[in-house]
Amino acid sequence: MSEASTAKHVSYLDYKGRYKGFLGWILSTDHKRIGLLYLYTMLGFFSVGAILGLLMKTQLIAPGYTIMGPQTYNALFTLHGIIMIFIIVVPGLPAVFGNFFLPIMIGAKDVAFPRINLLSWWLYVIGILIVLTSQFMGDGPPDTGWTFYAPYSFRTPTNVLPAVFGAFVMGFSSILTGINFVVTIHRMRAPGMKWLKMPLFPWTLYGTAWIQILATPVIGITLLLIVAERTLGIGFFDPALGGDPILYQHLFWIYSHPAVYIMILPAMGAISEIIPVFSRKTIFGYKAIVLSTMAIAFVGYFVWGHHMFTSGMSGRALFAFSFLTFLVAIPSAVKVFNWVSTMHRGSLIMQTPFYWAVSFIFVFMIGGLTGLVLGSLATNVHLHDTHFVVAHFHFIVFGGTGFAFMAAVHYWFPKMFGRMYDANWANMGWGVFFIGFLALYLPMFYLGIMGMPRRYYDYLPSFHGGNILSSLGAWVMVAGLLIIFINLVRSARHGQKTSEKNPWNGRTLEWQVDTPPTLFNFDEIPTVTKRPYDYEE
Amino acid sequence: MLEHRDDQGAKLGMWLFLFTELLLFGMLFVVYAVYRSMHPEAFRIAGEELDVVIGTINTVILLISSMTVAMSITAIQKGDKKRALQLLGITLLIAIVFLVNKYFEWGAKFEYGFYPGAGELAELGYGTILFFGLYFFMTGLHALHILIGIGLFIYVIAQVRKDRIHQEDYIWLENTGLYWHLVDLIWIFLFPLFYLIH
Repeated sequence: MSEASTAKHVSYLDYKGRYKGFLGWILSTDHKRIGLLYLYTMLGFFSVGAILGLLMKTQLIAPGYTIMGPQTYNALFTLHGIIMIFIIVVPGLPAVFGNFFLPIMIGAKDVAFPRINLLSWWLYVIGILIVLTSQFMGDGPPDTGWTFYAPYSFRTPTNVLPAVFGAFVMGFSSILTGINFVVTIHRMRAPGMKWLKMPLFPWTLYGTAWIQILATPVIGITLLLIVAERTLGIGFFDPALGGDPILYQHLFWIYSHPAVYIMILPAMGAISEIIPVFSRKTIFGYKAIVLSTMAIAFVGYFVWGHHMFTSGMSGRALFAFSFLTFLVAIPSAVKVFNWVSTMHRGSLIMQTPFYWAVSFIFVFMIGGLTGLVLGSLATNVHLHDTHFVVAHFHFIVFGGTGFAFMAAVHYWFPKMFGRMYDANWANMGWGVFFIGFLALYLPMFYLGIMGMPRRYYDYLPSFHGGNILSSLGAWVMVAGLLIIFINLVRSARHGQKTSEKNPWNGRTLEWQVDTPPTLFNFDEIPTVTKRPYDYEE
Repeated sequence: MLEHRDDQGAKLGMWLFLFTELLLFGMLFVVYAVYRSMHPEAFRIAGEELDVVIGTINTVILLISSMTVAMSITAIQKGDKKRALQLLGITLLIAIVFLVNKYFEWGAKFEYGFYPGAGELAELGYGTILFFGLYFFMTGLHALHILIGIGLFIYVIAQVRKDRIHQEDYIWLENTGLYWHLVDLIWIFLFPLFYLIH
């Protein structure tokens, strides 16, 4: 017990457990350290993915061969997709901020299964390593795109097998995190924290965790079938053996569409935390946000067919999927309405997390509304597989999840590191990034409508203008990213030290514990009496 | 780290994991349903090639093993370590026998050339190819789960021996039991779909 009592007042960053130094991190079962492990892994690979994207945009700055040929381009968009989807945005906010803050926000000392939590991170890393071997071994990097569509994924001579198997292993990591969070939320809420007194970020993690549990096994078995097709000659998706490639697309999107909500729900949760704090106002329509979270998680299961409008489906199925797609837009719009209403007549405090949160709403709306353009049947046929689609999902996945991730980093940074970042550099990074982002992706909508297809290294000269703007935007955006990253990394090591518990005047539990938190977060488990975000009293 | 113990929570976690298993196999059942509806006649004829006797034996012994593992939990709850070990031993034995039967069954199919990639199978048409593809993939994945179950039982038996699983703390045994029931349950669906529906 002596170990426990000394741990009470030592920050989790300085705490010395059974292992020292680096081992003390990669073998730690402390949810906060695991959260940071995910953060560092993700930032590393995000940089790789961003550089790949930048190289592709540079190739597209002029028609024809600029810096790479078609095979390299195909390999790059495949790796870019695998990294950004499976390594970054699917684990995303839950793995980093969920791990770090879920237990603290619900008043617990750790997650329900700390050792399984560490196992999740290890599986994640092992999955990444397996994916990486696909780049350096066999007959060259995979060129299928991150979707691994059949039958090309087992006809191409490139090294698809490790990429698919690595994604399969990462699926396990995702499932275990989901199980851990659901059990944690069910069993470990502090006394008095009834379901409707739980903050909104944990609520969105709860919805996300259920999707992780119920959807990930589907991609698991689908990827395993691709492995079986390539190694054992089982032909479920191979027309030459009687299989049906369209069936692969169904199974793939049964997971991969709900996965979009795995990405965006926790992002919405983080935004729902930040908006009331920087408006100094109780969140508008708490219950509506909770309900819409669960509604998105539920309806999100039944819309996968909208990825396949041109693949061949019955007219009735097309109609149903289109209708359900429109339906899922409603709870998303409810959330936007709630955020804006929260800001209405609030005392807005213009600080970095709030800039990110507000710009999140802006880009999320563009991404969401263009999603409806794609969700309606007639326009979809025209826009399918064009740059319009690329712009749409980058507005959602990068504009949505990415902006919310940045908002969350800048919001929780002082609590996580016990240091403050340089606000001026952070704001400037945001500004440059935001301008670059819009310049990069907005022209793509136009190019898509004009008919520029995606996933080609070349294009017709008539698309040149838009592509110049888009490629320049990419460079500006990456410059913004550099400013942000350098500022954050520098501040994490040398920033102004702070032990202030509540720098933003937040109301949730993480702002009542020490900065940085001690090993067990709380000296005594708190009893919750108030609703979260109570500003009016 | 302070060990925090919550058996209810551990069981909830196990149930959630079982959901994921159901969905894993569930999608294979979907694939089965799709191809069965596309090739009903070929599936009917191919199904007659399977050995109903071995299938029935495996079904019966797997059901018995589900019973013995449940009984071993009751024995532990009553503090009867010896009886629990006996029952777990029987369960482990049955799991191994199941795999031995499977080995002979699969071996016979390979002899006749009824396996994916075999030249003989390729001549029998799409429906038959798909049937045997599904048969090997689904029973193979199920056999993998039996293998994992065997590993779990060996671990649990060792823990009971060392008194780490006892009357007051038997959540590992209980969760292993839950897992084993699921493996049993999936077989209960696989058996009629492949062996019985003609």
